[in-house]
Amino acid sequence: MTHNLGLLASWQRVLKRELLLAYRQRNDILTPLIFFIIVISLFPLGVGPEPEILRTIAPGVIWVAALLATLLSLARLFNNELHDGTLEQLLLTPQPASVLVFAKIVSHWLTTGLPLVLISPLLALSLDMSSTALIYTMLTLLLGTPILSLIGAIGAALTLGLRGGGVLLALLILPLYIPVLIFSTGAIIAASNGFSAEGHLSLIGAYLIITLIFAPWVTSYALRVSLD
Amino acid sequence: MIFQKYAAPKYFYPLAGKCLPWFGTLAILTICAGLYLGLFVAPPDYQQGETVRIMFIHVPAAWMSMFIYAMMAGAAAIGLVWKIKLTDTFITASAAIGASFTLLALLTGSLWGKPMWGAWWVWDARLTSELILLFLYLGFMSLHSAIDDPRRASRAGAILLLIGVINLPVIHYSVEWWNTLHQPTSVARIDGPRIHSSILTPLLIMAVAFKLFYVSVVLIRMRSSILDNEADSRWLQEQGA
Repeated sequence: MTHNLGLLASWQRVLKRELLLAYRQRNDILTPLIFFIIVISLFPLGVGPEPEILRTIAPGVIWVAALLATLLSLARLFNNELHDGTLEQLLLTPQPASVLVFAKIVSHWLTTGLPLVLISPLLALSLDMSSTALIYTMLTLLLGTPILSLIGAIGAALTLGLRGGGVLLALLILPLYIPVLIFSTGAIIAASNGFSAEGHLSLIGAYLIITLIFAPWVTSYALRVSLD
Repeated sequence: MIFQKYAAPKYFYPLAGKCLPWFGTLAILTICAGLYLGLFVAPPDYQQGETVRIMFIHVPAAWMSMFIYAMMAGAAAIGLVWKIKLTDTFITASAAIGASFTLLALLTGSLWGKPMWGAWWVWDARLTSELILLFLYLGFMSLHSAIDDPRRASRAGAILLLIGVINLPVIHYSVEWWNTLHQPTSVARIDGPRIHSSILTPLLIMAVAFKLFYVSVVLIRMRSSILDNEADSRWLQEQGA
């Protein structure tokens, strides 16, 4: 019956299912977000409340916290599906697995990346960032967090069902996040110093496009390897 | 094809055994020659003094760290495409050596940095890239050892290596760029075309020596892991092992 479901239709169905699941388990969305907020509010406690220092470290603090929050949420990307057998069914469908995996990645971004983008102005203000820096923080998070979900999905697929998977995932994925971190904080710093951040943003965009093309495909291949 | 035969452990094992003494001897000879030329013959640098001699270990070790990662990624691609089991033996044998060279480059870099920069660690672009490379090595090794099924371990490891090798230039240039943004490099370096032959010769000899050393150790490690994996196979028992 649904065998000849179109590519777009099946993509939408997986996305809808994922979002519905996320809505039913709202805690899973809230936990990384709360983690993000707590980590950022630890820094003023650790380095002192001087606005000067906070303003200087703010881009790095927000971005490192975003990396860690994303990392925290990656474990649930495939694990529940692995245990109830849905994942195998997804890979068995006639539709290309990479398209369905892409829907899962999009839903992961909508439920972890996007909330980070939306909450970031609040945290930027708490770290005494200027309004330009605040806008660029949001902009880089908007461009950068999809990359985190895309690369993270590969790592989640590779570490699927392994003992100590969470820490292992951090070890595999964090080094690959470094370019995003550098370009994003570079953009915020450049913009808040009155320079053009266009170069940085273009590079993040380029990295996003490359990961958009390759990550879903590599992730589905890695899932096949892990389930083999 | 004559080379394809040697992708089978049965033929590779004796071949590696025959090659090993040659590579081993050459490695020892070149290491001795390189160290002698570097530590005794080469003149001290007029700015850096005797500490410049650390470079004869540091630079070839840094070269090796990248070379071995590239070799591993190349073997990973071959293994994924042609499903050759021996590539995984090669990759796992190389990983620990590559990580050791990376660590050696970091330690010698830090030893050199103390008299030069006045600090054990400076967030210099090359040192930082080298540190990230060490993380990539450690990530690969822990992923490989966390997976019990050898087939899955080798394929998952290969995917990770290929992602790593694609990302490595991006990471390297982003770190370099980050470095120039944050702290302009003011330290004199020994690179550039004006390098004198009394320095260049031992450097190149050490580079060759490290490669020979790598080949020898890889062969030893591959042979022992073949013995481990193929312990029950017939050809090994027939060899009277």
